[in-house]
Amino acid sequence: MRSVPADEAIAMIPNGATVMVGGFMGVGTPERLLDELVRQNKSELTLICNDAAVPGKGVGKLFDAALVSMLTASHIGLNPKVQQQMMAKQIAVDLVPQGTLAERIRAGGCGLGGVLTPTGVGTIVEEGKRQVQVDGKTFLLEPALRSDFALIHAFLADYLGNLSYALTARNFNPVMAMAADTVIVTAEHIVPVGVIAPDHVMTPAPLVDYLVANG
Amino acid sequence: MIARRVALELRSGDLVNLGIGIPTLVANYVPPGLKIFFQSENGLIGTGPIPEQGMAHPMLTDAGGRPISALPGASTFDSAISFGLIRGGHVNVTVLGGMQVDADGHLANWMIPNKMVPGMGGAMDLVTGAKRVIVAMQHTAKGKSKIVQKCALPLTSARPVDLVVTDLAVIGFPDGRMTLLETAPGVSVAEVMAATEADLSVANNVSEMKVRETTP
Repeated sequence: MRSVPADEAIAMIPNGATVMVGGFMGVGTPERLLDELVRQNKSELTLICNDAAVPGKGVGKLFDAALVSMLTASHIGLNPKVQQQMMAKQIAVDLVPQGTLAERIRAGGCGLGGVLTPTGVGTIVEEGKRQVQVDGKTFLLEPALRSDFALIHAFLADYLGNLSYALTARNFNPVMAMAADTVIVTAEHIVPVGVIAPDHVMTPAPLVDYLVANG
Repeated sequence: MIARRVALELRSGDLVNLGIGIPTLVANYVPPGLKIFFQSENGLIGTGPIPEQGMAHPMLTDAGGRPISALPGASTFDSAISFGLIRGGHVNVTVLGGMQVDADGHLANWMIPNKMVPGMGGAMDLVTGAKRVIVAMQHTAKGKSKIVQKCALPLTSARPVDLVVTDLAVIGFPDGRMTLLETAPGVSVAEVMAATEADLSVANNVSEMKVRETTP
């Protein structure tokens, strides 16, 4: 793990990169990293995120600046800009059931090829997907998801990069921290090693590549 | 009215997930003493009421991003666990809004093609995985019945729902047949049938809709 300023961390991301961003309706989202993506005008991004948040907040800022060309998410209903950009075919949107999205990312981080889920069977979600029978039940084969970068927001990070999250700001963060080639983290508080007890570490330090300095 | 009727379906110890809109109101009618665990799919069991002015925590919200509180005994977890709970059959009851429910019990509640495509969020997992699925919605919209013979809108799941509670009626599926079980106070069976597009059987003993009397 290396400690870097936000501008240096984001400078590593090329245009066209695939980026996972933690957070749920902007809660538990690394806002400083998103501000920096906008400032550095990183464009043509493929974004994997639970939702599109709202304009001006969380990943909503990326859509305000038209930096996203592809989005994989479970819900975009509260961001009218994304709806407009989708209808105008400026961005391609792949809508995935939320539990399937979480498991596809988890699979990507755990070395699995994908998951078998009953969710979506008999709906338009099954179109184009392989169906697998197990003990007489039908499942969809949903492929694993990985990304070039994961942008993560923790509550506590220690000097080694161990992370813990707060309340509902945890959401997709620990799952995404497993599923990207390069993991960049911001934290509300950066604390000495030992402050986060071993039992309370939710993302172990070796998963974190860059911890963005506070202040 | 709808929320008060749905509240009667909850049992002590149930893990319950409420959708947005009318379903959210159900929590207001749980009588004190009944221990219900409410789940918020963004990662919390034990959701409590909206905090007082100035007491909101920016990292404690419902799935819509609005501030909530956590009750004593609450627990938090990541999205994979949250949906493991949902898909894995650990949620006893989910209460969801609906756009259409059809005679087979299929629910459509997540998109209107070319018009409104918000995304399914957690709805597909909830309907597929919860032990019991209750739909809480208005019986009609803009004069058109939402209880239809066959859903024209894209389905949320192939799994049929268990109970539908509307402003006019309670509808169940005994032996797989869509059946009128209760009518709202002051509403006749004929009025329900007139407001219903689907072939609806009528139970022998249609009763008046019971409601939870607790005041919020």
